[in-house]
Amino acid sequence: MLDVIGAGSIDDLLVGVPAKARLAQPLALAPALAESDLVRHLRELAAQDADADSYACFLGGGSYDHYVPSPINHLISRGEFFTAYTPYQPEASQGTLRTIFEYQTMMAELAGMDVANASIYDGGSSLAEGALMAHAVTSRPEIVLAGGVHPLHRRVVATYCAGPGLRLRDVASPDGVLDLDAAGKLVGGKTAAFVVQSPNFYGCLEDVRAAAEIAHAAGALLVVSADPVNLGVLEAPGRLGADIYVGEGQGLGVPMSYGGPNLGVFAAKQDLVRRMPGRLVGATVDVDGERGFVLTLQTREQHIRRAKATSNICTNVALCALMATIYLSLLGKQGLVKVGELSAAKAHYAAERLTAIPGVSLRFRVPFFKEFVLALPKPPERVAARLVKDRILAGVPLKSFDRRLKDCLLVAVTEQRTREEIDRLATALAKAVGA
Amino acid sequence: MSRQATPSYDQLVFELSSPGRIGYSLPACDVPVADARAFLPASALRAEAPALPEVSEFDVVRHYSRLSRLNYGLDTHFYPLGSCTMKYNPKLNEDMARLPGFGRLHPLTPESAAQGALGLMHALAQALAEIAGMDAVSLQPAAGAQGELAGILMIRAYHLANREKRTKVLVPNSAHGTNPASTAIAGYEVVEVKSTANGEVDVEDLARHLDTEVAAFMITVPNTLGMFEPRIVEMTELCHAKGVQVYMDGANLNAILGITRPGDLGFDVCHFNLHKTFTTPHGGGGPGAGPVGVKAHLEPFLPVPVVTRQGERYGLDWRRPKSIGKLQAFWGNFGMLVRAYTYLRTMGADGLRAVSENAVLNANYILKRLEPHYAAAAPGPCMHECVVSARRQKKLGVSAMDIAKRLLDLGFYAPSTYFPLIVEEALMIEPTETESKQTLDAFCDAMIRIAREAEENPSVILEAPVTTPVRRLDQTKAAREPKLRWSRAER
Repeated sequence: MLDVIGAGSIDDLLVGVPAKARLAQPLALAPALAESDLVRHLRELAAQDADADSYACFLGGGSYDHYVPSPINHLISRGEFFTAYTPYQPEASQGTLRTIFEYQTMMAELAGMDVANASIYDGGSSLAEGALMAHAVTSRPEIVLAGGVHPLHRRVVATYCAGPGLRLRDVASPDGVLDLDAAGKLVGGKTAAFVVQSPNFYGCLEDVRAAAEIAHAAGALLVVSADPVNLGVLEAPGRLGADIYVGEGQGLGVPMSYGGPNLGVFAAKQDLVRRMPGRLVGATVDVDGERGFVLTLQTREQHIRRAKATSNICTNVALCALMATIYLSLLGKQGLVKVGELSAAKAHYAAERLTAIPGVSLRFRVPFFKEFVLALPKPPERVAARLVKDRILAGVPLKSFDRRLKDCLLVAVTEQRTREEIDRLATALAKAVGA
Repeated sequence: MSRQATPSYDQLVFELSSPGRIGYSLPACDVPVADARAFLPASALRAEAPALPEVSEFDVVRHYSRLSRLNYGLDTHFYPLGSCTMKYNPKLNEDMARLPGFGRLHPLTPESAAQGALGLMHALAQALAEIAGMDAVSLQPAAGAQGELAGILMIRAYHLANREKRTKVLVPNSAHGTNPASTAIAGYEVVEVKSTANGEVDVEDLARHLDTEVAAFMITVPNTLGMFEPRIVEMTELCHAKGVQVYMDGANLNAILGITRPGDLGFDVCHFNLHKTFTTPHGGGGPGAGPVGVKAHLEPFLPVPVVTRQGERYGLDWRRPKSIGKLQAFWGNFGMLVRAYTYLRTMGADGLRAVSENAVLNANYILKRLEPHYAAAAPGPCMHECVVSARRQKKLGVSAMDIAKRLLDLGFYAPSTYFPLIVEEALMIEPTETESKQTLDAFCDAMIRIAREAEENPSVILEAPVTTPVRRLDQTKAAREPKLRWSRAER
């Protein structure tokens, strides 16, 4: 090959790299390992982690141990999906384009919205994009957030809003849900978006209709964040008044994978479609009149509009969107409803069992779905650490999220948790908080 | 050539639906009160079940298997997409990311019970810092564009901490679209710097723009024409003299592993595309991962939390008051981090240098073979990719896009087209190090054949593709009458 090129060595090809910036010695990296040794090394690392196969997992807070049906991994692992690039050449990418079109349809249907995009990175960045979009639509300088919005999602919104200089204002939620009077006072003529999450970070159901009235009376957009897994049972945000819907879709067949990659779901009403971030797939026809699919409305996007694009997103999480599409196909109309019903039923059983323990109570007295906050008589971090020894991941201590909840533990229950596991949690928790 | 060498299949999953069919069995309810509705206010309940498809498990498996066959993937086709680094994605990476201790680990697991995952992240961040000559790396950004946003926000925070309110960021006109887009989201005015006829940054134009209003200069190295900017060190020095921070878009890092390092060239920030350089799969558009590396003076501004090591214990450090905050809810696209770490430990330092050497060799081989037939955008040698122009063919009525479509018929995915914007009828070709000489020759033969067809029989190019599941699609119709979801009336 060098002969064809007419070079004496590969070094001759690197003439452009300034001599003084060339590395004089090899990179100081850990040595290469043979495949079998590498597998052993990684297995040893993985074995140090308390995974949900070996532990009863009651952790939630934005990532959930919903069951991932077997066909998903097999299908997404097909090299034609797995190793394809963004479908910029549509004639050679109809597989990916069709699955995204199916995904958009399913997400719009679940959310009760007109249009869903092809995905954003995760629930946090999806919410941030929703806030920026509301600002672009309304030209208003403030984002008002309900206190029950996931605190880590709120931090992502703050990061994204720093550049445009948007002001974040928070409505208190002292009783676990939005204080509607306080919200009515804060949402006004400067508000671009009023952001509500339901069920919220604490698992509590918000009055989204009332929030919509407050937002719309002020001429602001209502942005609703919701876990799409729950939308088999709970009313679609679009029918409650949401203008923009965002959500963390990890529960739809995406592995927890220590928090990423996740699935940022994003949908909006029809009149907002040209302001949407991210890719959109549309149906069209080819020169022979056959149905086909393409990336469309690309003049919103960075590779065309550059500094004036609606978002900087390029790579998204297409493969996670495919997982969700296959998940929803497998579960179908009845299955997703059942997942929601089972999770909620088991969560309420768990709440009943756990609050029967002396000194343990529900922190908030409002309806919840699959997740709830317990107040404990002992420091939750210590309790949770103790239960790890019983191979139980009991819940998320809330002190680091909100100091006022330093005695609280957030417990999530999915359809995967058995009555036996819940009873085991109750027994272990009783022991841990006992004398 | 016969129509449809690739199998044709035109169903959507909704069109397979049959009432009552289900694809998965859920456990029976084993708790006393089975009806969740008893606990929930009626007003919160969904009035109508969502209209999802009703199909069997086998329906689903066959449907998505068939859909997959409508794609060209890297496993099945050569994918010479410039700037995208479509290199082989080792299967071992996939097995490792699926180990229960990684794939089934919840992000809010107590740190003491997630030491393996945290240790892996710490080791990966250290390795990336060494590769780039940076002092610290955050693994949190979910993709290259988010790495850019993080980097520019750190630069912004740094200037503000120095009580400087700079308002502009300089970006060459050859840059990826994400550069100006990320910069705009960070609140900066984007100012374009000119390129020379060879596609290099016009250093004199850069110097003219440098003043105390400029926060940063953002540049891709090697540049988007596949050339190493010969005056790069001079440029970073010019910037620093004016207090301007220099950002390297790491999209083309595959060219320089073990050869030179962004930090040694004078860069203050750079991002990594783990889905390009470090073999995590592209997945039809994502997920990727876009870690960002910085020099020490920017370290206080890194996203929270930072993975730290104290003795033998790893943890997440949240107490960083100067941090720009968070980019996604959790710690990064961990599954991609496991894959990249696996790759790094497969390769080692010598292996990585060989990666770049072979990537450069392969690109120069293609450039040399194509030069007699297509106009090179810049004189060689190139680095890991080359850009040729179809301007000669354009005079014969054949555009870069036509050539791309013809390549699909000849069994190759197309190069990147019409990028960089400064090259007329651009075809940007990046073979990567993992392709064999046989594959490169087959691709070059196809390109040469197309150049000949352009002269002798252009209609075969203009009608292409004819072997794909669909032929050229009506983009205008798609945009004018947007149909963005399926409806029953569809079929």
